[in-house]
Amino acid sequence: MTRREIYTSIQQIPREEPLAGGTGLCGGCGGLLGLRLFHKALGANVVFVNAAGCLTLLTTFPYSPFRASWLYTAMASAPAGAQGIRDALDVLIARGTLAADEDLAVVVVSGDGAAGGIGLQATLAAIHRGLDFYYYCYDNEGFANTGFQMSPATPYGSRTATTPPGAAAPAGTTARKQDLFALWRAQRPAFVATVSPAHPLDLMDKVARARRLRGPKLFLSFAACAPGWGIEPARSVEVARLAVECGIWPVKEERDGAVVHTVVPHRRRPVEEYLRGQARYRHLFEPVRQDEVLRRLQADVDAYWAA
Amino acid sequence: MSATVDLLSGNRAAAWGARLADVDYVPAYPITPQTEIIETLAHWIGRGEMPARLVTLDSEHAMLTAAGAAAATGARVFTATSSQGLLYALEMLYAVAGWRVPLVLVNVSRALAAPITLEPDHNDVLAARDAGFLQLHAETCQEVLDSVLMAYRLAEHPDVLLPALVNLDGFHLSYTREPVAIPDPAAVRAFLPPYAPTHARFAASHAMAQGVAVLGSSAYAFFKYQMQRAMEAALDAHAAIASELGERFGRRYGATEGAWLDDAEHVIVMSNSFTTVGRAAVARLRQRGEKIGLLRLRLLRPFPHAEIAARLAGRRAVAVVDQNLSVGKGGILFAEVASALRDRAAPPLLSYVGGLGGRRFRDQELEQIAAALHVAEREGGSAEPRLLFTADEYAAVRDLLRIARGGEEAPR
Repeated sequence: MTRREIYTSIQQIPREEPLAGGTGLCGGCGGLLGLRLFHKALGANVVFVNAAGCLTLLTTFPYSPFRASWLYTAMASAPAGAQGIRDALDVLIARGTLAADEDLAVVVVSGDGAAGGIGLQATLAAIHRGLDFYYYCYDNEGFANTGFQMSPATPYGSRTATTPPGAAAPAGTTARKQDLFALWRAQRPAFVATVSPAHPLDLMDKVARARRLRGPKLFLSFAACAPGWGIEPARSVEVARLAVECGIWPVKEERDGAVVHTVVPHRRRPVEEYLRGQARYRHLFEPVRQDEVLRRLQADVDAYWAA
Repeated sequence: MSATVDLLSGNRAAAWGARLADVDYVPAYPITPQTEIIETLAHWIGRGEMPARLVTLDSEHAMLTAAGAAAATGARVFTATSSQGLLYALEMLYAVAGWRVPLVLVNVSRALAAPITLEPDHNDVLAARDAGFLQLHAETCQEVLDSVLMAYRLAEHPDVLLPALVNLDGFHLSYTREPVAIPDPAAVRAFLPPYAPTHARFAASHAMAQGVAVLGSSAYAFFKYQMQRAMEAALDAHAAIASELGERFGRRYGATEGAWLDDAEHVIVMSNSFTTVGRAAVARLRQRGEKIGLLRLRLLRPFPHAEIAARLAGRRAVAVVDQNLSVGKGGILFAEVASALRDRAAPPLLSYVGGLGGRRFRDQELEQIAAALHVAEREGGSAEPRLLFTADEYAAVRDLLRIARGGEEAPR
């Protein structure tokens, strides 16, 4: 566990909101909670490059909740859009046609479907080129803005619209969640971390430290999805905290080649406490309790923390 | 005004266009027969002869995204592709046209899979005709260079602000070397000043949201109609820019180009480099006393309806020779030309499809077209496409199959 360097007290979180309230997103959107904290820590001089997902609906003509800039690209190529903007800013500043203080931080914003699926090629290529950018992925573990279908980030045992539990597959989703953190890490980016809106100081501290680094920087953010997961919007942060306390969502970063957990649950709670209360896992408890699926879910978490 | 004349391939002429346009940024992805353009630019940039940044992307889809995003940031952007690459980027052609960013994309035409081939036809570039890119189609290497310069003037024109595509034929132009006048950089700068975007762009002092979602059809239609109006404005802008290029460099380009049209009773309509073959055939037919002429389509978007109608009005018969195939319909340019003639006393029209996958036109085929125009004059035209494919060609395919089967006769 690392000590926080910059954001050590809740009083340090700026009151200024770079992202206005009253957006069209769902109540309790975990992705938006995380992005708001991320943006506060990063500051105002930002251009967000977006791939299709829930957060695309933040900007709907002629409104934007951002004081910063925004470019919607396409689902497959937001990191390439970030490349074009970064390169253009660098070239124009170098040629003297743009003042240095006009520079912007370039941030890709995408959901887990674009990050781990259709956009993965463009993402891995941008990391390969060493592009100086941030990638903020709000991981709600499904294609949430199309009604909640399975994505590469959907965990084993979860119900989605395209993996409905039934006789053929009682667990619902039978594949294991893709490890985007590990996929990024394999390419040795400048910074790679998981964060959670339930731990705002950890999230913002990571952003503040990542600002010192040049190169690709991943922020993989836990993002509870009230309609997709079947939870009350008011429980969004509570569910995020449970995910950490049950060991389901390890809050971590890579430092000097090693994975460091920046929030460690003192006594891990059983995963059932996280799974209960989410409609997407209800089939594991009723009408018949699926002990084998629950055992495997707990075993996966135990194995992670034992490693 | 001084110019150097050099032997340049179409590809190198395109690269010279980008160099003289003083572009800032070249996102790249290789594809045959476009590669020589990017390799030439990489060579110049690597040697410090051209102050641009070249970045290799992971696909044409990413390449066009980077190109559009850089142009939206205020850079002058050039890139090039071909065939499958253009289709892979097609989603982003629509996106960057909607962003209203004036970049220039050179397409080196090559036929589309399947079957896969390296030879040219125009199904690639015509698949992109509805995206919102201006389209200039070149016949010669000189025209490639000049068209790149014109494309920037046109795309950056305040009444237009749309991306532009310059098309040249793979192999027949990309690798053919012709004497090309390379204008003096100072003279080019006077024609095409450094890019100074007046529209919003990404920078700290002026935030902008670009490519945003719209809810409801009114806003969507508003943006699309703006693009249509901009395209319409590009027709006049093109005429003015062509006239200025003519004054400065002595070379004049129209939206269409005619040959032997003054007294022509019959006209063959073509585009791109095969027009050169058509021109030679028409010259021979003229020597035999045929009153035949040729019309080359150069500006396909915006489509010069009025000019085409004026140039074809009153002819006794017209044949459109397409080097593309809309499967189940026929020639794409035939349909476009026919639509331009809708408002006038239209001459009888014939549709020919040939030159697919690089197939050369045969002299006797153009003579057969000329003969068919006499028949059409008497008996009327037809929208049915006539597919140019000879018994010899059919026999050659059957020979290939026979050899592949170890000498057995292929079933018919």
